[in-house]
Amino acid sequence: MSKILNIFIFTTFYLLLGSFSVYGNSWEDIIQKAKGQTIYWNAWGGSEEINAYISWVGSRVKEDHGVTLKHVKLASTADAVSRVLAEKAAGRSSNGSVDLIWINGENFAKMKENGLLFGPFTENLPNFELVDFSGKPTTLIDFHLPVEGYEAPWGMAKFNFVFDSARVSETPKSIPELLQWSKSHPGRFTYPHVTDFLGSTFLMQVLIELTENPKVLNSSVKSKAEFSKVTAPLWNYLNQLHPLLWRSGKSFPASSSVQKQMLNDSELDIALSFNPSDTSAAIANGSLPESARTFVLKKGTIGNTHFVAIPFNSGSSEGAMIVVNFLMSPEAQMQKQNPDIWGDSTVLSIAKLSAQDQQKFKALPLGVATLPPEKLGPTQPNPHPDWKTQLDAKWQRLYGQ
Amino acid sequence: MATTIRTVSLLPAFPILTQLLLLLPIAAGLLGVLLPSLGYLPDLGGNQFHFEIFNQLLEHPALPHAVWLTLFSGIIATVLSLSFAILLAAMLSRESLTGNNKNKMASLFTIIRRGLIPLIAVPHAAMALGLAFLVAPSGWIVRWLSYLFMGWETPPEWVTVQDPFGLSLILGLVLKETPYLLLMILAALPQIRAHEYIRIGQSLGYGYFLSWLKLVLPQVYPLIRLPVFAVLAFSLSVVDVALILGPTTPPTLSVLILRWIDDPDLLFRFLASAGAVLLLLLTLGSLIFWRFSEWLIFQKFRNWLSNGKRGNVNGVHNIAALSGSLLLGTAFLSLLSLAFWSLSLRWPYPLVLPQRWSSRNWERHWSSLQETAFTTLEVGVITGIIALFLVVGCLENEQWRSVRFSLRSQWMLYLPLLIPQATFLLGIQILAVRMEMDGTFLLLVWSHLLFVLPYIFLTLADPWRNLDTRFPKIGQCLGASPLRILFRIKLPLLLKPLLVAAAIGFAVSVAQYLPTLFAGGGRFATLTTEAVSYATGADRRVIGVYGFLQAMFPWIALLLALAIPRWRFRNRAALL
Repeated sequence: MSKILNIFIFTTFYLLLGSFSVYGNSWEDIIQKAKGQTIYWNAWGGSEEINAYISWVGSRVKEDHGVTLKHVKLASTADAVSRVLAEKAAGRSSNGSVDLIWINGENFAKMKENGLLFGPFTENLPNFELVDFSGKPTTLIDFHLPVEGYEAPWGMAKFNFVFDSARVSETPKSIPELLQWSKSHPGRFTYPHVTDFLGSTFLMQVLIELTENPKVLNSSVKSKAEFSKVTAPLWNYLNQLHPLLWRSGKSFPASSSVQKQMLNDSELDIALSFNPSDTSAAIANGSLPESARTFVLKKGTIGNTHFVAIPFNSGSSEGAMIVVNFLMSPEAQMQKQNPDIWGDSTVLSIAKLSAQDQQKFKALPLGVATLPPEKLGPTQPNPHPDWKTQLDAKWQRLYGQ
Repeated sequence: MATTIRTVSLLPAFPILTQLLLLLPIAAGLLGVLLPSLGYLPDLGGNQFHFEIFNQLLEHPALPHAVWLTLFSGIIATVLSLSFAILLAAMLSRESLTGNNKNKMASLFTIIRRGLIPLIAVPHAAMALGLAFLVAPSGWIVRWLSYLFMGWETPPEWVTVQDPFGLSLILGLVLKETPYLLLMILAALPQIRAHEYIRIGQSLGYGYFLSWLKLVLPQVYPLIRLPVFAVLAFSLSVVDVALILGPTTPPTLSVLILRWIDDPDLLFRFLASAGAVLLLLLTLGSLIFWRFSEWLIFQKFRNWLSNGKRGNVNGVHNIAALSGSLLLGTAFLSLLSLAFWSLSLRWPYPLVLPQRWSSRNWERHWSSLQETAFTTLEVGVITGIIALFLVVGCLENEQWRSVRFSLRSQWMLYLPLLIPQATFLLGIQILAVRMEMDGTFLLLVWSHLLFVLPYIFLTLADPWRNLDTRFPKIGQCLGASPLRILFRIKLPLLLKPLLVAAAIGFAVSVAQYLPTLFAGGGRFATLTTEAVSYATGADRRVIGVYGFLQAMFPWIALLLALAIPRWRFRNRAALL
């Protein structure tokens, strides 16, 4: 009997495994088919460093696999999502205009929910198994939504604050302390408009720290009453904070990049970032002063993973998979983590790598403004996307006009 | 003889083809937003017509302020641009109208004219990007103030760029629209024989400026009404400048529409369509309001025109010189700051010059610049050639068949410039995706043609019509075919206006942001789309590279257009 059960489990397991590679032929087939394909990768194009890195990826996949990579530089990721949606609505199920998309959170949720994604495909990729699933659980669950092989982890992000140590000596260690600091330094801090993800991440960061029971944020919003009760401390806090912000909180920087520029211009003393090594990279390329440093909050900050996904109607999914696999390779991840190049943390588990690669990762410079891992504080999960949507909408109503 | 008839009989096809090429996409585009705004878009499950979406639009919390902001910035920008243009045109044309060049400020006005006119070739986005740095609270002006007088350690808390009233947006528009209206006025002056009126006015004891206002302006204005309307429509619906300089909480209506289009929730497309229809109504309303104000002002000033009061208006000279110099100076410094940023590695506040200079920005972007620049060139040149071909065909049709483009057809030609881009381009995009035409080179060129063709027609029409008809007649007498006359007589004689028209068409194509984005489906990166996308990254060094190059491209084209005839006609001075 147990033997039959074993066979049953075994078969089920294989069937499951098989279903994961439903699109797939073998990796060899994919490599063959990918040759000569052109991949239009839609990714935010506002950062020179990231663009240079993507262009390096392009030269590497061309060299190794004959895949041509074109970076479609977006002003906003939603732009590409809505394009794929429009194509699906118009009935175009092949040869779509987007082959690869840099994505996470609500955009991923939107695409998955509307059946706009190709896959599951990540199990097909040899480098996928190098990912640190246990140490970095957000590589499998994106904003509380199971990834299920529809997007491949690309980099890690963690909320942190950037400050100019030439002007700031004591940094706040909690959200209430930030308010105190703002009282003694009016006009020297602000956060981006909520149309920028970092702006809404700041709202969620404040909410997590101030609300009585942050656990409720892990599931969707149950009712209007719940939303008002849970978020009341946030609005109370913002009402106190806004008069102390840059331009008295009547206007907000359009994006995190604009805010970074304002820190560089000495218009602000404290800004926000979602990448702990970004500040070191910015110092290296001259876009922030040498005296820029970072800090985090005692109780921890929000962290998550960003991914790449392939739209359902890509005509070159094989080529796209080649690119994705390369993105997860130790070579590409190492290059990306180097603060002189980009400074985006790896998704890989260092322990799974070869001794040689482990050495190389260890040898990477940390960067002058980057906090070492042990000082980065606990990582808090992103609230359920439902909260973000409703927070943004309420913020727009209260402060957006 | 037979070939002549055959060629000439083909000519009526040109105006028909031209109008079809312009009207078809506009009609399709309008339909493409009108239906969804009424709830009909089967692709997204909208099968019924209703007004629910307009209710939703009108209840949107950001809407009232966005509408107010759009109207305020658009109308004020147009009023200011037109006032500056009239003032400057009066002063700049003084020499040529009175033959008097003893004026003290003549050389200053020459500099202003030579400096301002080429600015029409500079794309709006490049100017806006430079201006944003110039006037920012930590920008160039403040840095100089701090360096010379104030010694501010941190930037003052001024609300300049992206101010809630859209004043910096207005300034950005005025910098670009004044030169355009100025050129239009200067080009219209010979048509009404302005110098004769000025002479009469002056001999009757009116001062120069008063003669200009009482005799010339009432005659010039009807000739530039269409360009003024185009400026008004453009200012109300501009996207790229508003993204860079306009306020964010909330933005103008056109930016709000773009945000809705970009929303991952596709149902926002209904709202975006309704917004686009509202923008169209606002634009039409503003045009009617403008026309009514014209009439009202004319009624008010009718007596003043004929009251016989002589004398002169004092100080006009100084005001004109000051405003002209300020405009030119601001524009020049904006573009110069782009060049400086592109060559800097680090340029922190409060330094007035970069701390570290470097060619790194250019080196880093060299390879991608080449590709982007080539796409820009390719689209601009191909669109320009097609537009020139059609325009020359239309003008030849006029001459051979002795029909004048009616006022109505001229309005049709201007239609793409009067309807908000965001309105019909959204409709075109919805249809193009259906027809699998989005992201094709054909659609990209077509969308650029909508804006390039009207400008080329405007630039070329007058020189073409004013060409001495005796030249082609001689050719005809000698038995030359219409084609031969065109190629051997007319085109060589009209080389200069042809090249200038081509250069302006090219400049218009280079500057297109929304058409490239919508019709190109993200697959065609031009200097303008790259510059605007880098603008979101706020790294001024890269913005400097793209903005500067974007400004230089059309400028070089214009220089070439002026230099080639000089070289070609170096032995024929009268043709220059």
